[in-house]
Amino acid sequence: MDIATLVQVLDSTLRLATPLLFACLAGLISERAGVFDIGLEGKMLVAAFMAAAIAFVSGNVWIGVAAAVAASVAMALLHGVASITFRGNQLISGVAINFLAAGITVVIAQNWFRQGGRTPSLSGDARMRRIDLPFAESVRDVPFLGPVYHGILSGHALLVYVAFLCVPLTWFVLFRTRFGLRLRAVGENPAAVDTAGVSVVRLRYGAVAICGVLCGLAGAYLATGLSAGFVKDMTAGRGFIALAAMIFAKWRPWHAMGAVLLFGLLEAVANRFQNMEILGLAVPVQAMQALPYILTVVILAGFVGKAIPPRAGGSPYVKEH
Amino acid sequence: MTAIKPLALTASVIALSAGLAHADSTPALMFDLGGKFDKSFNEAAYNGAERWRAETGGSYREIEMQAAAQRVQFARRLAEAGSNPVVVMGFQNAPTLEEVAPDYPDTSFVLIDAVVDLPNVRSVIFAEHEGSYLVGMLAAMATETNTISFVGGMEIPLITAFACGYAQGAKAVNPDINIIVNYTGDTPAAWNDPVRGGEIARAQFSQGSDIVFAAAGGTGLGVLQAAADAGLRSIGVDSNQNYLHPGSVLTSMLKLVDQAVYDAFSEGPGLETGIVLMDLAAGGVGYSLDEYNADMISDQMQEAVEAAKAAIIAGELGVHDYRTDSVCPAF
Repeated sequence: MDIATLVQVLDSTLRLATPLLFACLAGLISERAGVFDIGLEGKMLVAAFMAAAIAFVSGNVWIGVAAAVAASVAMALLHGVASITFRGNQLISGVAINFLAAGITVVIAQNWFRQGGRTPSLSGDARMRRIDLPFAESVRDVPFLGPVYHGILSGHALLVYVAFLCVPLTWFVLFRTRFGLRLRAVGENPAAVDTAGVSVVRLRYGAVAICGVLCGLAGAYLATGLSAGFVKDMTAGRGFIALAAMIFAKWRPWHAMGAVLLFGLLEAVANRFQNMEILGLAVPVQAMQALPYILTVVILAGFVGKAIPPRAGGSPYVKEH
Repeated sequence: MTAIKPLALTASVIALSAGLAHADSTPALMFDLGGKFDKSFNEAAYNGAERWRAETGGSYREIEMQAAAQRVQFARRLAEAGSNPVVVMGFQNAPTLEEVAPDYPDTSFVLIDAVVDLPNVRSVIFAEHEGSYLVGMLAAMATETNTISFVGGMEIPLITAFACGYAQGAKAVNPDINIIVNYTGDTPAAWNDPVRGGEIARAQFSQGSDIVFAAAGGTGLGVLQAAADAGLRSIGVDSNQNYLHPGSVLTSMLKLVDQAVYDAFSEGPGLETGIVLMDLAAGGVGYSLDEYNADMISDQMQEAVEAAKAAIIAGELGVHDYRTDSVCPAF
């Protein structure tokens, strides 16, 4: 494998890992607060649609991103109402969000744009521009630094950098702030938090709303950064891969970054090396494409060890009387 | 019980008169999962139906499904409603018609893209390999890097036939040309994942390809977009997609699905059944040339392609169809 190939694969890895990273951190924060969320996929899908639709109508991608975040937060709060206020089953509520999103995006898109459940293609300012990092051009020919900085790190949309900045931010908020301490406590032992006089419901709603914001950014990046418009079901299972990454990372932000980079790398490799020969044996395309999923199973079953979710995860909090 | 008898009688009278009314019944069109406005296969069918409506002033029924589970149900509903002929889109509907068509022997069905051997079914198939051969020639003549590529939706015989025809055409122009063939995935999501389509196209560009041919439904839109973003060229499929990115889409491999639908609607109930092969000779496949790509196709290129087209029609030049033996001589 030559340098150019390696640079291309790693460059692609960063792009593919970004929506996974947003979604993974979203799930992480929600579940740390004790609210399981398998509706990441649905929230991303709604966000992707809103981002594309509003960016197309307004001609400005950032208005689209704002709309995407708003729509995703609305879906997240719906999940919150069902599972926090009404103490419904969190898994069922999450599944409902996914179904709702898959249907409602296509119906609204069809009614609005009459293009069979897709938005028109975006162009110009309705798409996220790629950002060249400072000095990227000048270090281009420097050995090692050039390919890494110019080839891999530079030239992505703003949200890619935001996603990776969210990792230390999430870590800091969770482990170095009072809000983070309470958030983690509410996922482990909500009764103790309640006894200390802190509202469990409010904390959980806060976590769910943050989850909505991050899913909104993930969807917006998919529709306006990675592609140019919304196509039905365009999230294509990325919300579930993000969930797997979260478990793989055992609900820890830095490990989450490592996990999504691994999944991104696997997808990039599967895209790039479809006709590979190993020891003279041609590997079929299908095997290469199944690789990320096979490895997910292998990693989760064999290498992670015991992944213990937050203790109060999945159970609604009922105050004792 | 006596009260029911006349009721049942009236019902059968109504059914009879309804049956008579169907003598000049409305045709119907059932789209495949890609949806009516996929800018490609299904949209071509819609355009054919609309052309028929504009020319004859008639009306037709149409139905779009949301899930594979609805195939049989919707086909049945159209036949039940008295539609005739019922045009059904997509190779994945072959089992649908095998199940539904025998139950409605008086209804004519038309299946686009696959063969079902039943007395009341017309199977329209296209010689995609011949059309792909022509766009493969154009790609080989237009490339500056001596490398061209292909993105297919799924590795199935139909899509591989596109790739194989494309490769044969390219190698006919330049035997040393490098051809990269990739597929998006092996689940239905492969037809609706423009993100992955774009990433695969970029990976191909990094391997030196400067022209990419996409036969992947909605995923193809991501491929065309990636080519336009990179300042390279692409080839569209099924419908004329030249207008999507003027100056970037070199040409489109046309499949005249609209013609097949138009013909079926025009012939009406009792149309001739059996296999209809839409090949180059029948004008069923081809390449697009319009104001959006005229600057990119030189006279010389056009002459070469037209010569090959004439040779294929005359039977002097054979293009191998991958579907016959699952082997491609050009890979």
